[in-house]
Amino acid sequence: MAEYEEALKRGKMLGLRCRECGAVTCPPMAVCRKCGSRDLEGMEMSGRGELMTFTVIRVPPEGMQGPYAVGLVRTEEGPWVMGRLELPEGAGQEVLGRKVRLAGSLVWSDKYSAGERVAPVFRLET
Amino acid sequence: MRKVAVVGIGHTKFGKWENRTAVELFSEAARQALEDAGAEGKEVEALFVGSALPDFGEGQAMIQTQCRADLGLGLIPSTRFEGACASSTVAVRDACMWVASGEYDLVLAGGTERVIPMGTPLATRTFAMALNAYQEVPAGLTFPGVFALVARLYSRVYGIPLERLREQMAHVAVQNHRHGARNPLAQFYGKYENLRVEEVLSSRMVCDPLTLLDCCPFSDGAAAVVLCAEEKARRYTDTPVYILGTGQGTGGPMGLFEEELVKPPSRVFSARMAFRKAGLEPKDIQVLELHDCFTPAEIVALEAMGFFPEGRAGEAVEEGQAEIGGKIPTNMSGGLIGKGHPIGATGASQVCMIVQQMRGEAPKGNQVDPVPEFGMVDTMGGAYGTLCHLILGRVRG
Repeated sequence: MAEYEEALKRGKMLGLRCRECGAVTCPPMAVCRKCGSRDLEGMEMSGRGELMTFTVIRVPPEGMQGPYAVGLVRTEEGPWVMGRLELPEGAGQEVLGRKVRLAGSLVWSDKYSAGERVAPVFRLET
Repeated sequence: MRKVAVVGIGHTKFGKWENRTAVELFSEAARQALEDAGAEGKEVEALFVGSALPDFGEGQAMIQTQCRADLGLGLIPSTRFEGACASSTVAVRDACMWVASGEYDLVLAGGTERVIPMGTPLATRTFAMALNAYQEVPAGLTFPGVFALVARLYSRVYGIPLERLREQMAHVAVQNHRHGARNPLAQFYGKYENLRVEEVLSSRMVCDPLTLLDCCPFSDGAAAVVLCAEEKARRYTDTPVYILGTGQGTGGPMGLFEEELVKPPSRVFSARMAFRKAGLEPKDIQVLELHDCFTPAEIVALEAMGFFPEGRAGEAVEEGQAEIGGKIPTNMSGGLIGKGHPIGATGASQVCMIVQQMRGEAPKGNQVDPVPEFGMVDTMGGAYGTLCHLILGRVRG
């Protein structure tokens, strides 16, 4: 996880490719998300994908400022990744299915977060 | 394994409890349950307490020890169960297993929580701790956010325009508030009996497309049940309600579910386990308490448990199929939306409400008639992280 977060801070998204079934897991886990194999090799994700769903959070948790958009992106390599979104004002259901690209990352921490955490930020492709 | 019966129920009013601790609330519910069973504290062989966030709600970890002492029970095994919103369903399920195994004959299980003292920002932060702390929390996801994501995905997967889905969701809120308004134990007792769809749609937006009235409230409260081995149940009550089957399933980060976020495999797995153990099917169930933390959650749950086909539950609720006289009367207590949702108390409360139905003692207007033979509890903790199901029956099965 630490390596994944460090790479995200540099604008790169890392994944793990399964040597047994070929599926990609991202964010990282100890096992392949598809077959459960532990025989995984590191790789770099393209950062491109499709926006599957999103919401605008207007009641944020303590320590965050709303409103902001969060969503799930189906990456080109397969895995669905949760991230912060840069969306046009008033975006609605029509943005689902749009192509998105990794546009950077957001570093955040609070007293419960065990140090700095990082979230990917995605932007709609123009 | 032996059959296990619920022989006593207890339930505080849900809502804002400024001057009562979570332990005091638990004691009130537990004493009611013992009194209802006609059982003495000294007969209780083990205590199972569901509580999700007492550490944050009151700065009280290991709340089961304080509950045991406040009830004046012996130095019996007491355990806290944590499965977010499903904490006390899991507590009741495990309690049932221990009695079924023959280790104990009579146990007390329940849940307690005070959420309101945290206030909205801290409560929102601590609830989010049930999500993935390295992927979902840093992105800023909240619990209403989970079901906002699910609602938009559901709309797309099943080709139901979002505005249409929002109307169906609003019907869930209208129905559950109608039931809650009739339930004296509910947070919104006497409040929203005649809520209108337009009022739900036009209330304040919390998290598109969920408005405030699509969401359950923050609540304090407790609920408890006395469980007993079947062969001794008649010593305590003339109306034992048997636990015929249970199930539990587990998820992970939301992203792993992919499109199945609209029909979560962890819920399908848990519900099927409960049906299989009970030897029953969805068509046999006559009353259902399910986890309606947000209106789309009820629609998804009805489909995942097999009560309605995929993409059809919203329409079914609109047609009255989840009401008395419909296919499956659902959340007759008001559910989480109308009755309130003191996180760790919710599962035990759902069990109490089903038992009340099976004794024919539900509030006027909410009682299913004829009195149901078979009922079911569905509780979800986290983002489909912990699913737990209990199937209850008036006959031994």
